[in-house]
Amino acid sequence: MKYTILVYESATELSARTDAQRKDAYWGAYRAYTKALMDAGVMVGGAGLQPPPLATTVRLRDGKRQVQDGPFADTKEQLGGFYLIEVPGLDQALDWAARCPSAASGSVEVRPNLSM
Amino acid sequence: MAAAEDALGDALVSALQTWPRDGIPANPDAWLLSAARRKLIDAARHAHVEAAATPTLEILIDPARRADMTDAVFPDERLKLLFVCAHPAIDEAARTPLMLQAVLGLDAARIASAFLVAPATMSQRLVRVKAKIRDAGIRFEVPDLHELPSRVAAVLEAIYAAFGSGWDDVAGADSRRRGLADEAIWLGRLVTRLLPGEPEALGLLALMLHCDARRAARRDADGRYVPLDQQDVARWSRAMIDEAEEILAAAASAGRPGRFQLEAAIQSAHARRATTGRTDWEAIALLYEGLLRCGATTGARVGQAAALARAGDAAAGLAALDTLSQDMVSTYQPYWALRAHLLKRLDRVDEARDSYTRAIGLSEDSAVREFLVAESTSRRPL
Repeated sequence: MKYTILVYESATELSARTDAQRKDAYWGAYRAYTKALMDAGVMVGGAGLQPPPLATTVRLRDGKRQVQDGPFADTKEQLGGFYLIEVPGLDQALDWAARCPSAASGSVEVRPNLSM
Repeated sequence: MAAAEDALGDALVSALQTWPRDGIPANPDAWLLSAARRKLIDAARHAHVEAAATPTLEILIDPARRADMTDAVFPDERLKLLFVCAHPAIDEAARTPLMLQAVLGLDAARIASAFLVAPATMSQRLVRVKAKIRDAGIRFEVPDLHELPSRVAAVLEAIYAAFGSGWDDVAGADSRRRGLADEAIWLGRLVTRLLPGEPEALGLLALMLHCDARRAARRDADGRYVPLDQQDVARWSRAMIDEAEEILAAAASAGRPGRFQLEAAIQSAHARRATTGRTDWEAIALLYEGLLRCGATTGARVGQAAALARAGDAAAGLAALDTLSQDMVSTYQPYWALRAHLLKRLDRVDEARDSYTRAIGLSEDSAVREFLVAESTSRRPL
């Protein structure tokens, strides 16, 4: 089964990416997590995303384009990246989600992929 | 069964309300069950509840026995309930959750969190397992004498799994998970009362008390993770250690060693550091040797490798780790943490870095992650 692990990060966590004091710990944890996924042979794909201020949201309403700066919703935790994994079932997917560094401070959502 | 669980849950709640006020009754199990039955009768007055309860209750209480239930010794009924929950026909993964729900009245959502399973999945599993009890005609009884040892082992395994769900959470940050360690100890005490003279039940209780005695020492004042051999013994609970030692001695006097007694003995050896100031790693390695003869688990083999490394040299520990198959350890964090540590002590820097990365990536607890990051970058092994 393929699952997507959606990583939602708090503002504090997102700021750790560039903070001189905290960035080594932040990136180190994510590098290790990604390596663990790859070494276990469950990693299918994924990406880390640039922070929400760099997002642009597009909507078409009545044939008109609406373009907006920023993410689609202004929430406390923002999508910071995602992993695509292949594991036998939801139990294993949740095991991996719990190991994601952001599980401790943000939220990590697990969704089964639609088969197409 | 569902109605009986609800009633037991209510009875537990009312016990918690009345015991502190009136004191604990002489026979708490019988009190709980009679309280549960009173609650059941109350509930049965509502017609819709009665309709839902009757067929499931028949699973819990064999109709032939129901008549003499009033005079029955209630703790026996409790024991039967434990045996039903850990019946060999029931999927092993469902036994502990069923026991937590049926005996302690925990709700499915809380059990699901403790075992890191989706709440909907856990509810489905519990429903399925109850249908199985009904359809397979699993009997509400104490097993025959020849079956008893293996059935007791299954009950103890299920209780230990509940304890493990709390123990894995080193942080203790999630009170819901930390809570299950207490529930498991409660069940462990119950089993030792219901099965007096069963040394493995005593062994399990001693093991859980020893581990729980160190709960406060697993973090330092700043919330950092502290490994067992660096814990401040002043922060261990002496009362719990003393109780564990007493129980383990009682278990050993039966002269029937087993897996839980050996695991408790390993923890007892660690606890002795509080009085002697040192850890006897040779003794611990020997106890692991015995444990492996009771059936090798990955955890026991990693534990033995650690003890060998501490007793003799890191190379011996590493050699022990090398005998484990990669399939068994690919996602087993303690294996990679130990491997990293030993490679570092052997000055195999590049390989150590790889293993540290793997261990960090497999860690759930952020305090453990930080500890491993610090270890991987420090020059001298701790």
